Amino acid sequence: MIEVMNEAKSTRVRAPARQPLRRVGPPPPGEQPALLIEHATKRFVVGRKRKSVVAVNDVSMSIRRGEIYGILGANGSGKSTLIRLVSTLLTLEGGRVEVFGHDVERDEMAVKQLINRVSVDAAFFKKLSPHENLAYAARLYGLDAKSARAEAIQILARLGIGEKRLNRPLEQMSRGMQQKVAIARALLTSPTVLLLDEPTTGLDPRSKLDVQTFIEEVRDTHDATILLTTHDLAEAERLCDRIALINDGRMVAEGTPGELMTMVERDYGKEPTLESVFMTFTGKSLDDDVDEDKDDD
Amino acid sequence: MTIATRELRASFAFVERNFNLTKRYWGWEVAWLVYSIAAALAVAFIGVAQDDPGLLQVLVIGTIFWNYLSIVFGFIGETVTWERWEGTLEYTFMAPIRRYTQLVGSTFFAVAYALIQMVIILVVMILFFDLEFTGGNFVTAGVFILLGSLSFVGVGMMAAILPLLYVERGDQMVFVIQSIILLFSGVYYTTDVLPEWMQFVSQFSPGTYVLNGIRGGLIHGTPVTELLHNVWPLVVMGIVLIPLGVYMFGIAERYAKRTGKLKRVG
Repeated sequence: MIEVMNEAKSTRVRAPARQPLRRVGPPPPGEQPALLIEHATKRFVVGRKRKSVVAVNDVSMSIRRGEIYGILGANGSGKSTLIRLVSTLLTLEGGRVEVFGHDVERDEMAVKQLINRVSVDAAFFKKLSPHENLAYAARLYGLDAKSARAEAIQILARLGIGEKRLNRPLEQMSRGMQQKVAIARALLTSPTVLLLDEPTTGLDPRSKLDVQTFIEEVRDTHDATILLTTHDLAEAERLCDRIALINDGRMVAEGTPGELMTMVERDYGKEPTLESVFMTFTGKSLDDDVDEDKDDD
Repeated sequence: MTIATRELRASFAFVERNFNLTKRYWGWEVAWLVYSIAAALAVAFIGVAQDDPGLLQVLVIGTIFWNYLSIVFGFIGETVTWERWEGTLEYTFMAPIRRYTQLVGSTFFAVAYALIQMVIILVVMILFFDLEFTGGNFVTAGVFILLGSLSFVGVGMMAAILPLLYVERGDQMVFVIQSIILLFSGVYYTTDVLPEWMQFVSQFSPGTYVLNGIRGGLIHGTPVTELLHNVWPLVVMGIVLIPLGVYMFGIAERYAKRTGKLKRVG
């Protein structure tokens, strides 16, 4: 594992006027991590033969407040399972997960108040309008529906969605727009840890760019720590302060994009790109699909 | 904000959401209402064909109140199924709310929705048939609707566990339970016409006591105080099944989180 901070990233961290909340690298001793995952392990029993499959295998990471931490891995590698463990949607077989010191299993309600998640499939009541979906979310999180609506209008306007569209069913919107509404919904609850599970997968280039820009804006303006899973190496390089590579449920590398690229060039004599980092540590390309039944990713 | 206020506001989220869904699926709502009215009329015409006003009353009460109870049961029993269909189950389960808050919200909406539909069908029945409940005790009917709602909420909560445990078959199981309650509760007949073993089973259905009580009140004008043998089983079922349903739902949720069954969509 690479633990040293990348110089280029460090320079960006030292620009407080623009990025007051960004800190890179594992928390120093004494600082409480925003998200702590220690030896997390999750197994599933799958198929008629009830085969036990380890979806997340002894994964550990410590993420600082304000950091964007990326998780890269092929389909079925365990990325989404890891996100679900943090989201309290799955229970751990071993290890522990803490959000600002709150254990996800022992202190589930406190964790739920601190997190929100945007999944790849923009989970909405598609017949309902963005306004109706956001009102539902606001009430679930104990917010005032009227203020939440006003805030949602502002957030969506920044994402290029006008107020007029807020009353039409979501099913009439493109996937890109639905995903923007999903991000607005997540931000509405002011999560201190935002879990983005492949938020740009399947989006057209324009929508992808909009969402990425918005994630950067969130990083710069909100006190949010972001855990991002992605298939898009350019996206990871653009957005993430640090990246972990996951293969078959195990974390195989961790570092800033610069550190990882330097490492494959220095130690393996390969081209310093995230593509070669990915190939080197996982032995497969991002297009390789793993049997979906293999784990719950 | 106190925890109670917060949870109450959160439970309203489910009422408002279900209302909005009903509004958006208005075409289906009209279709189901037409079907319910047609089904109630078709059953009631059996009484007309027999030229038996007493039978007509038994059938009308059975069909109207079964419609009410089955809606309450169905809405609560399908709480998880709805979310699976829509793909929002994980989102709702990730929200910082107690599970009973979700069930309370679903129950409020189910009762309000079922009451509105019951009134509409009742009005249509009155327009079609020369129904007379003169001398009927409407307080008795009201008490049994209330007690019946509580006991059916309890049974519905227990049934709602099934779609959590069995992703593929859970909803079908809920449907089978509803069918069994229909058969054993004497909806279109009194339970004493059933074979002995079925009469024994019918004692465990809340529907039996609700329909006996309402028929006793509306047809014979019997006061609640004379129908206590139908009251106490409903009170016991409500007291036992509602907390038990919430508790069991919690256990089922933990099982679903352990096995990854929240992720699966229907």
